[in-house]
Amino acid sequence: MSMLELRRVSKSYGQGTAEVHALREVSLTADEGEMVAVMGPSGSGKSTLLTIAGTLEEPTSGEVLIAGQPVSRLSRNAKARLRRRTIGYIFQDFNLLPGLTAAENVTLPLELDGLSARKARVPALRGLERLGLRERAAHYPDQLSGGERQRVAIARAMAGDRRLLLADEPSGALDSANAQAVMRLLLDACKEGGMTAVVVTHDAQLASWADRVVFLRDGLVTDQTAAAPGPESFLTSERNQ
Amino acid sequence: MSVRHALLALLSEGPKYGLQLREEFEARTGEVWPLNGGQVYTTLQRLERDGLVESDGNGEEGPQKGFRISAEGEQELTRWLRTPPDLSSPPRDELVMKVLVALYVPGADVHAVIQAHRRYVVELMQQWTRIKEYGAGSDLSMSLAIDAELFRLDSVVRWLDAAEARVTRAATEGATAWADQASPGNQTRSPLSRHRRETRVRR
Repeated sequence: MSMLELRRVSKSYGQGTAEVHALREVSLTADEGEMVAVMGPSGSGKSTLLTIAGTLEEPTSGEVLIAGQPVSRLSRNAKARLRRRTIGYIFQDFNLLPGLTAAENVTLPLELDGLSARKARVPALRGLERLGLRERAAHYPDQLSGGERQRVAIARAMAGDRRLLLADEPSGALDSANAQAVMRLLLDACKEGGMTAVVVTHDAQLASWADRVVFLRDGLVTDQTAAAPGPESFLTSERNQ
Repeated sequence: MSVRHALLALLSEGPKYGLQLREEFEARTGEVWPLNGGQVYTTLQRLERDGLVESDGNGEEGPQKGFRISAEGEQELTRWLRTPPDLSSPPRDELVMKVLVALYVPGADVHAVIQAHRRYVVELMQQWTRIKEYGAGSDLSMSLAIDAELFRLDSVVRWLDAAEARVTRAATEGATAWADQASPGNQTRSPLSRHRRETRVRR
C-alpha cells in the first residue's frame, strides 16, 4: 500500500513575471517499507517536495495522500495530529533543543501529543537504545558528537507510532562514515520497522541506499531508477558472481 | 591488478601450494577479480624463472606444487607496494566522450544524455551498496573493494552534475559548443587545445 502519494502536485510562489514554479505536476508514490531517495541539484524543488509531502505547506494544485487519506480534506486539527503521530521529520542541522537532554528531546513530541513525561520516557529510551544511544540519554546536545545528535534526531522522528519519515539532507553535516550510518538506520527502519522513508539528497552515495531514486530537475520528476534488488537475492546467491 | 605481486604478497606470509594461492587470491581481493587456475600457475612459473619465488622442486607443475618467496621477491614486493600507479594521463572515458559529442550533434538533448548516464550509474551504485550491506558481512577486503567502486562511480555522478550545471549556464550565456568551429579563421587557440599541445610537446 502507498504510504505517501503525490498526484500531479504543483507549487508556485509569487505572481505574474515574478512567478516561480518550484514543482510542476510532480507525481510520486512511496510504499510501506520502501525507502525512496529524491536527488537533484539545489533549486530543483527537493525541499519544497518534502515540505508539501509533510503537510507543512499546501500545494498550489494537485493532491497529497498519506496512508490513502487526501490531506486537503482533513481539518486543521486532523492535519496537526497527522504531523504529530504519523510523520517524522529529520533535518540536516538536527534541530535538537539545546536545553533538553537526548531523552527529553525524544519524549517532547510524545508529550506534545498528550502523553505524560513519565510514560513518554519508556518508548523514548527504547528508541535511543535501538540506535545505540542508551548510555547518552542524559546528555545534552552539546555533549554529543554530530553523528550522535543526528541519531537522537532520528530517534525523535521515529518516536511513537510514526510511519512516514521525511529527511532533508539528513547526513549533510556529517562525515562519510556517520552519513552512511544514518542511511543504514533509515533503511533498517523501513525494512525491519515497516516504515516509509523519503530522503532528499544531492549525494549519490547516500541515495544509493534507497530502494528507488527519483530525479528532480527544475521542479519536474525527470527520471527514476528501477527498484533495487532486495537483500534476499544477495543472501541466496552467496557472491557467486 | 598485478597477479604477480598479489601472489608475492600471499607468499610473504609463508610457503603455500598452487591451489591454496589461487583460493586465497580470490578471497583476499574480495572476489572482484576472478582468476583462472592456469593464470596462477603460469605466473608462478614466471616468478620462479625471475628468481622471485622458489619451489620445492620435487612436485609436478600444478596445484600441489609448493612455493616460497625469495629475498629478491620480498624486495620486489616492498618496491611495488610503495610505487604509485601511473595516473598522470587521463583515461579515455567513453561516457565523457558521449556527453561532449552530444553537445554538437543536431537534435541531441544533452540533458537527456546526461540523465541516461546518471540513472545507469546510480543504479549500479544501488547494487553495490546492497552487496556491501547484505553480502560482504565482515569481509574487509570485499568492503574496501566495493567502497573503491562506489567512490569511483560517485565521482562520475558528480561530474555529470557539474557538466549539467555548466551546460545550463552556457546556454543562458550563449556560449557555443565548439569554439574553434564556431569561429573559423580564428587564430587564437582555446585553453584546452593549448594545454593539449603543451602536454604533447612535453611528452
